[in-house]
Amino acid sequence: MKQFLHKYKYILISVCSFLFVLVVWQLVTDVFHMVSAVMLPSPTKILETFVYKLTGGTVPDGATLFQNIWSSLQIALGGYAVGVLIGVPLGVGMAWSRRFELFAKPLFDIIRPVPALAWIPLMILWLGIGYASKVGIIFFAAFISATVNSYAGIRRTTQVHLWVGKTFGATNRQLLFKVAIPTALPMIFTGLRLALGSAWVALVAAEMLAATKGLGYMIQMARLMGRPDVIIVGMLTIGFVGLLLNTILEKLQKRFVRGAKKDD
Amino acid sequence: MERAKGNVTGAPVLECRNVGRTFEGRGGSGKNEVLRGVNFEVHENEFLVLFGAGQCGKTTLLNILAGLDMPTEGEVYTRGQKVTGPAPERGVVYQKTSLFPWMTVEDNVGFGPEVRHMPKEERRARIKKYLELVGLTGFEKSYPSQLSGGMRQRVGIARAYANQPDIMLMDEPFGHLDAQTRYMMEEELQRIWQKEKRTVVFVTNNIEEALFLADRVILLTNCPTHIKQEYVIDMPHPRDYTDPEFLRLRQLITDNMDLTL
Repeated sequence: MKQFLHKYKYILISVCSFLFVLVVWQLVTDVFHMVSAVMLPSPTKILETFVYKLTGGTVPDGATLFQNIWSSLQIALGGYAVGVLIGVPLGVGMAWSRRFELFAKPLFDIIRPVPALAWIPLMILWLGIGYASKVGIIFFAAFISATVNSYAGIRRTTQVHLWVGKTFGATNRQLLFKVAIPTALPMIFTGLRLALGSAWVALVAAEMLAATKGLGYMIQMARLMGRPDVIIVGMLTIGFVGLLLNTILEKLQKRFVRGAKKDD
Repeated sequence: MERAKGNVTGAPVLECRNVGRTFEGRGGSGKNEVLRGVNFEVHENEFLVLFGAGQCGKTTLLNILAGLDMPTEGEVYTRGQKVTGPAPERGVVYQKTSLFPWMTVEDNVGFGPEVRHMPKEERRARIKKYLELVGLTGFEKSYPSQLSGGMRQRVGIARAYANQPDIMLMDEPFGHLDAQTRYMMEEELQRIWQKEKRTVVFVTNNIEEALFLADRVILLTNCPTHIKQEYVIDMPHPRDYTDPEFLRLRQLITDNMDLTL
């Protein structure tokens, strides 16, 4: 028992903090009715709603939880994929070639500070309120982080490593693929993770404005219907799915980034 | 000693003809002359040490020999060919942190052969041979961050050898090691070089290191760097730091050094 306590001490402390919040929450809502259920439903009510939405309930937004998750994932991953596929090569290219940098960087620097959400009106105007416009918004959110970090990563390539490459007979192309990109890989992955975070954030905002399904839409509908329990279920789901995606990327990073980041 | 006086006979492998290098200051103001009129030849399998105390010129000179930097005056020739850029015929061992941290020891050593598209089996044999030469068999799968400073420089030496260059350029390879490791590495390098002879140009600011390793020492002055004196070191290997001849040469060269910074 003592050993068990020692081993799981830190986990227990964290669990206690969760339990504390839940107990207080339950007390101020269902037990003492200090807060109106219209403002803040109790944890048990939220759990009930969660089980209901998970097991096929479609009220109030017309879709089950899984349908909403699936719809959101399609949009988020679609826009994310396009953003990364364009952003990473763009960042690498700008950092590697001075000419390409002179050509592309001024344009990029103008687009960069524009928040992805500021593209919503134009996207709706151009692409309507379907799949394409939301993918467009997510694209901008993901693309910026992917580009900036890939650019910074390639720039970290040290002069000595480039010298080694040249004096050992590497071609310019080999210098890029065997020296610069491996140097940049940890930062490229950081960019991929940040991009995923931005994409997920922008998704919810985009769905609140223009959607017929999805987690953001579910939250929005729940607000209109006065269902705070569904809002909170939606928020928690968004959090969990985001965490899950980030964990997947972290695992991939551990697999692909080898050796130490420090080089001496 | 059987070898001819300091092994200075034979056709030159590398020639430095009247090499000068001036860096332009920013905005055209303040030119910085780093090298002036440097002339020397390096012969087949000779171990040449470029020795100087100052902070300027030595690495620039080595970079010019490697083809990574271009002289503003004069030319460098390797076997009669003018040097116009870096080439695998001139391998370099750098000061420090030049190993690729994302590659294992064997991938680092095999880097040159790999970028030059050597078949895998041949490459593997070569990696094995040179890791054995520098005494690192068993560390194939380690990453540089897992090795000590001395071991990392052994990998650097093995990597240069594995590309089988015509000439090896070494830029203060032991400069960042502690004194004890440094002595050990000097002995190691001497052993390796005796076992597999190469033409070496070795840059150092340490007189003992120079005398321990060299067939010939070229004494460089400080900014702008030029050649002050040449010394043929005709002592048998392995050399002893306390040998009277060693101490005499040490005194002779040190007295001739230009210590103004």
